[in-house]
Amino acid sequence: MAKLDSKVPAGNVQDKWTDHKFNMKLVNPANKRKYDVIVIGAGLAGASAAATMGELGYNVKLFTYHDSGRRAHSIAAQGGINAAKNYQNDGDSVYRLFYDTVKGGDFRAREANVHRLAEVSNSIIDQCVAQGVPFARDYGGLLDNRSFGGAQVSRTFYARGQTGQQLLLGAISALNRQIGLGNVKEYTRREMLEVVVVDDHARGVIVRNLVTGEVERHSAHAVVLATGGYSNVFFLSTNAMNCNGTAAWRSHKQGAYMANPCFTQIHPTCLPVHGEGQSKLALMSESLRNDGRIWVSKKKDDKRHANDIPEDERDYYLERKYPSFGNLTPRDIASRSAKEACDSGRGVNGGEAVNLDFKHAIERLGKNVIEERYGNLFEMYETITGKNPYKEPMNIYPAPHYTMGGLWVDYNLMSTIPGLFVLGEANFSDHGANRLGASALMQGLADGYFVIPYTIGNYLADNKDPLMSTDKEEFVQAEKRVTDHVEKLLAIKGTRTVDDFHKKLGRIMWNKVGMARNEKGLKEAISEISQLREEFWKDVNVIGSAGTLNQCLERAGRVADYLELGELMAKDALDRKESCGGHFRTEYQTEDGEAKRNDEEYAYVAAWEFKDTGNWELHKEDLEFENVKLSQRSYK
Amino acid sequence: MSDVKLKLKLKIWRQPGSDAVGKLVDYDVEVSPDDSFLEMLDQINESLEKNNQEPIVFESDCREGICGACGLVINGQPHGPVPRITTCQLHMRHFKNGDTIYVEPFRAKAFPVLKDLLVDRTPLDKILQVGGFVSINTGGVPDANEIPIAKDVAAQSFDAAACIGCGACVASCKNASAMLFVSAKVSQYALLPQGQPERQRRVEAMVKAMDEQGFGSCTNTYACEAECPKGISISNIARLNRDFFSAKLKSKNVS
Ligand SMILES: Cc1cc2nc3c(=O)[nH]c(=O)nc-3n(C[C@H](O)[C@H](O)[C@H](O)COP(=O)(O)OP(=O)(O)OC[C@H]3O[C@@H](n4cnc5c(N)ncnc54)[C@H](O)[C@@H]3O)c2cc1C
Ligand code: SF4
Ligand code: FES
Repeated sequence: MAKLDSKVPAGNVQDKWTDHKFNMKLVNPANKRKYDVIVIGAGLAGASAAATMGELGYNVKLFTYHDSGRRAHSIAAQGGINAAKNYQNDGDSVYRLFYDTVKGGDFRAREANVHRLAEVSNSIIDQCVAQGVPFARDYGGLLDNRSFGGAQVSRTFYARGQTGQQLLLGAISALNRQIGLGNVKEYTRREMLEVVVVDDHARGVIVRNLVTGEVERHSAHAVVLATGGYSNVFFLSTNAMNCNGTAAWRSHKQGAYMANPCFTQIHPTCLPVHGEGQSKLALMSESLRNDGRIWVSKKKDDKRHANDIPEDERDYYLERKYPSFGNLTPRDIASRSAKEACDSGRGVNGGEAVNLDFKHAIERLGKNVIEERYGNLFEMYETITGKNPYKEPMNIYPAPHYTMGGLWVDYNLMSTIPGLFVLGEANFSDHGANRLGASALMQGLADGYFVIPYTIGNYLADNKDPLMSTDKEEFVQAEKRVTDHVEKLLAIKGTRTVDDFHKKLGRIMWNKVGMARNEKGLKEAISEISQLREEFWKDVNVIGSAGTLNQCLERAGRVADYLELGELMAKDALDRKESCGGHFRTEYQTEDGEAKRNDEEYAYVAAWEFKDTGNWELHKEDLEFENVKLSQRSYK
Repeated sequence: MSDVKLKLKLKIWRQPGSDAVGKLVDYDVEVSPDDSFLEMLDQINESLEKNNQEPIVFESDCREGICGACGLVINGQPHGPVPRITTCQLHMRHFKNGDTIYVEPFRAKAFPVLKDLLVDRTPLDKILQVGGFVSINTGGVPDANEIPIAKDVAAQSFDAAACIGCGACVASCKNASAMLFVSAKVSQYALLPQGQPERQRRVEAMVKAMDEQGFGSCTNTYACEAECPKGISISNIARLNRDFFSAKLKSKNVS
């Protein structure tokens, strides 16, 4: 099996990437045509990678389960994208962005990767502007910035509340150009269900055509996964309905290690669950915490309307507990505090929601100012809930949002299967145990525009074998795994729906592998999930047939994978006997209830090797902090 | 949260495949006014599956009004009765107890039905692939602040760029024209300095592709603007027309 070597180049952190770029092998321009590269996913990471590799001259095949790349989940990002431009002259620098990201990640990310991310951040903004991305500008016509949690400088570039949309459409425009020129061939409505490994190297994929149900084999010299995160393991999350972990999980089962799967981010400002029929949770931008004050009643089970609860009976708990950061504490801390308040029975109506109140801000600044700042968000809130946040507090509650964990990759973004690269949210690399706002967009585009185009050349220069025939035994076997899996699902014909299982799994994950975890709950989760998985394979009812457009079958395949992934998340959380970032073990906290890291024993990346279902072997990549000093985060 | 449920009669388009004949099928439902329209369809599907029947196929992803995947014709209107929102943002509180609701796919020659309520909108992407971009490669571009752009010009460009590619403009047009969609992309670039070098070539190529993909021509009925969930303005169409005619005058490809 593959050895865990991070391949971080030697030298100063500032010089590593420059030196590495110089030392890597190149593929001669005329030879690039001879290489086929498969890219799975057309989000920020996949679209930017496919477009750039197409420009360089590789033969790129791009796959997505959507009808169009523009539908990828990246489209939904609201807030913005970070870069160390220092246009505001407020003391920002590549080093500061690097430092903030390592610290924000609670010291569980690889320094060298994070530094590279900060280094290329500025080129991303240049690239997007040149593509015609209409970023927000100030009156002088220059680019505007805003600030985000976990940073003391203003480095976030944005396009109203639709930054992800505009960046993705920019990347898709570059991709469309390459498709038009014939350098990239796109395969839409195709779901990748297997990676084909020949002589320990990734040499192709098996996909299912979601319209006809046909199963297809595709061969290439390298495979790039940019398939996004797995927050939907919780059933309810801020992710789009179709986001899933299948591509990563099927690759994991073929030999790609899964790293830090328990590191998930629960976002503090989402709309609470309204009822049984709820299908997803809407995110309300974190920027609302700049002017909104968060509170609950001091009394338990208080059924009064928020406006009838007098000032002295309200508990502004973040302001009380964290006087210096107040309502702007980092995401993990704000989320956990909301949970504590509601668990003690003091949530809105005694339930799972807290108030986000603009009354004082409106009194202080006037309704016009608030409208100018947050008008579109207030409108969105009213569209969904039918309530007017100018007149009564918003109700919010934390929700699963982002997965820092993902497939393990080395410095070149290559997984433990040589020739299988992983970009964007699907890999584990840059955010440690907690991601800062506006850093995911930056990472996706850094990986796609500026990292993979170099590192893949270095790999291909050493792997020149001709394109493999898809008649080869390994392709036949991989296809058989797919058709067998599909047939097995369809043959069960049980009594319970796919969603029923997904909701049950989500509830276990939320209660026991969510914002606060402990040994007892995690052990219970592991046995409950494996039991649920057994029931699934006996009693799920997957309607319809394989040879047609069948959304029920698509969902069933994804839920089957979640039922394995969920168990590994619990196992990883159980194994990590410390609290860090989004991973909070109630046994490991300071006297005043803050996360307590254990750097002596746990300053490592946990990379899990799949053995068989429910059975993994742990490999550790030790993390070294040569530049950023290990310290306890404090936001008091 | 409201406890009073709405009793509704739904007439939903069912069509097993692109070549099959479709028909409206009746479903009776009880839903909470807090549920969204698509959550109501989820609930119907859940009960169909429990009864061993094929769930209704429809498309959605973000359920926040930004990905453009959802799109149903509800009581004859693309994205339903509430202006300026997508289907996924429509909530049941806008309906009354006892209502009958017709649910059909977006219909246009260029958008064949694949199954039930799901249609193929890829012809929109084919138009973008011939000109919906600025022809630059990754790397070697100028600093982002090198070319200042007036705040209001950037904002106007953004307004056009906000199109989500849902195709409601096509579905609402009696000619099934994609003019609003194409003009939004053309305008985003026409307003920016980065879009100038290819301005003429772009508009010609995209208009030609629009015709080739089977979309109809624009006869200025403005139905598209009324149904567009993102408020894309028909002034973009005027801009496209101006650019197109001036391109034609200068063009070598006179046809
Ligand atoms: C509501 C919301 C708001 C956010 N706001 C911000 C923000 O303001 N700033 C920020 O930095 N980050 C934000 N994030 C996070 C950020 O948007 C994501 O982490 C990022 O966009 C992920 O990009 P990606 O390219 O890795 O994956 P995605 O955009 O998820 O793309 C995945 C792609 O893979 C394809 N795919 C997946 N599996 C398969 C398969 N098996 N076969 C074929 N294709 C497949 C999909 O079709 C899709 O094209 C936000 C996230 C959410 C949920
Ligand atoms: S112009 Fe409006 S209706 Fe047409 S595709 Fe764009 S957003 Fe949809
Ligand atoms: S589901 Fe994305 S716009 Fe409706």
